Amino acid sequence: MSGPSTYEPKTAFTRWLDTRLPILRLANDTMTTFPTPRNLNFWYGFGAILTFMLAIQIVTGIVLAMHYVPNSTMAFDSVENIMRDVNYGWLLRYMHANGASFFFIAVYIHIFRNLYYGSYKAPREVLWILGVLIYVLMIVTAFMGYVLPWGQMSFWAATVITNLFSSFDQLSQLFNPHFKIGTTIAYWIWGDFGVSNATLNRFFSLHYLLPFVIAGVVGLHIWALHVPGNNNPLGIDVKGPQDTVPFHPYYTVKDSWILSMFVIVYALIVFYWPDLLGNPDNYTPANPLVTPPDIVPDWYLLPFYAMLRSIPQKLIGVLVLFGALITLVFVPWLDTSPVRSARFRPLYKIAFWVFLVDALLLGYLGSQPVDGTFFGTGISDVWLARLATFYYYAFFWALMPLLGWFETPKPLPATIATAVLGNKAAAE
Amino acid sequence: MANSSSAEPTRRDFLYVATGAVAGVGAVLTAWPFIAQMNPTPSALALGSIEADLSSVQLGQQVVLTWRSHPLFVRRRTPKEIADARAVPVASLIDPIARNANLPDDAPATDENREIKPEWLVVVGVCTHLGCTPTFNEGDYGGWLCHCHGSQYDVAGRVRRGPAPQNLAVPPYTYLTPTRIKIG
Repeated sequence: MSGPSTYEPKTAFTRWLDTRLPILRLANDTMTTFPTPRNLNFWYGFGAILTFMLAIQIVTGIVLAMHYVPNSTMAFDSVENIMRDVNYGWLLRYMHANGASFFFIAVYIHIFRNLYYGSYKAPREVLWILGVLIYVLMIVTAFMGYVLPWGQMSFWAATVITNLFSSFDQLSQLFNPHFKIGTTIAYWIWGDFGVSNATLNRFFSLHYLLPFVIAGVVGLHIWALHVPGNNNPLGIDVKGPQDTVPFHPYYTVKDSWILSMFVIVYALIVFYWPDLLGNPDNYTPANPLVTPPDIVPDWYLLPFYAMLRSIPQKLIGVLVLFGALITLVFVPWLDTSPVRSARFRPLYKIAFWVFLVDALLLGYLGSQPVDGTFFGTGISDVWLARLATFYYYAFFWALMPLLGWFETPKPLPATIATAVLGNKAAAE
Repeated sequence: MANSSSAEPTRRDFLYVATGAVAGVGAVLTAWPFIAQMNPTPSALALGSIEADLSSVQLGQQVVLTWRSHPLFVRRRTPKEIADARAVPVASLIDPIARNANLPDDAPATDENREIKPEWLVVVGVCTHLGCTPTFNEGDYGGWLCHCHGSQYDVAGRVRRGPAPQNLAVPPYTYLTPTRIKIG
């Protein structure tokens, strides 16, 4: 869809600039005249929302770093100082902390929209993989940010997550019982025998760096989007100009509207319920000698945490956790169906909605104490989590390949224009 | 060069390989300080040793000390706890190795191999699963329960229910006097 440029500089200055740095041409071709399928719904607005949230996180993060002290004896107090003393510090910190949560809300909607409409399929595999990379970078960045306030949850989340690497001891010890590769990695990450001041310092450094790395990969993601152009809810290719509208004003307006709705909800949480998504234990300073009774990661990692806890063997539990993320990379090749959109795939549609419920269930189970039962029904949470983990893997590794062969898709419309406008209007 | 796939390596081939090798070694040597700087500093590595007076600990109690920035459990066990721990067959344990720094690496995890004096158990209070601190006197085995992921330890600090893979580590320690120990 990225055809020849239609940009025509209109003034002497823009003509002069265009032969030296065609930046206005780039902006015009990608954000103004870019031909976009005419049938995109509001679920397609989350890319714009994500870009906005990344900007919010970078801007609030830069100013918070002007007041924060990355030292294990001062970090907690410096955050309290931001909350109580720094002008508007409370606002900036709540924007940043809740901004992370809303960033993840948006990215999950974005990912599930993609799975529903089959946008990861050819020719958008690289676009999808770059998205998975951004998601992983977001997880790493958010995890390090969660450590910085140096409360109890910060400290113990850091301890548990970094200890995931120690499980790899079981691999290297197969070859040499004295070679503990995992522990060596963990010491390297900590800079000490455990989570310590050295750990806090390097996490702060990397937490500042990674958002800019994310911004760079977002650039590649958008570039990869603009080669084949947007997928759409019908999942069929654009056949000609009758199927598209220019990005501006059609989608600039549509994106702005959904962004406004999203920001209203974000603002409501920031102003009226800022601690909803946080954990009260993180208002207790870190204590290396006492683990809080129920330690949980932030909500956006709970599904993976439930997987980890459901496996009674340490190394396998860790491999299942990492495997759940790595699986995403293979999705474009696991799905064997030539039809993209779930609208025309009756069986995949069911599998998709079960998968969505499965992911939410895993999230709920991850938030519960380790030895509980499901809403007091007597069904063990651990066994339910095992079942849900099984479905997570089965969805990608069994249902996606098999449904492509066994499912009979519904007939696809001829073009986007006929589906949207009817045959008569499209012919005009 | 009439034929680019000539069998004889040329002078140019040699120069390519030599240049690449020098650049590769240089890249590794340059990268190493940037990687190694993250390892624990010598001051962090300097093994701290601590001394502890045990005379005030009552039967059935534990004290928590700090050693190498980790909690260290010192538990004074009752005769019944000792008898229970000794009755457990090693073959039934998840981890049959003593994990006692004062003994050889392959010493079996009998209760006798887990302490120097039967009454006093000294273990590092770091769950061998993912590093949380287990809670005293909880769980089905009378020892410790880790709330993070549900691992359980008996009164000898041996793991009895997963996901933890190993027994709690016994640090190197010695008795200075009958009621005073030096750890590390």
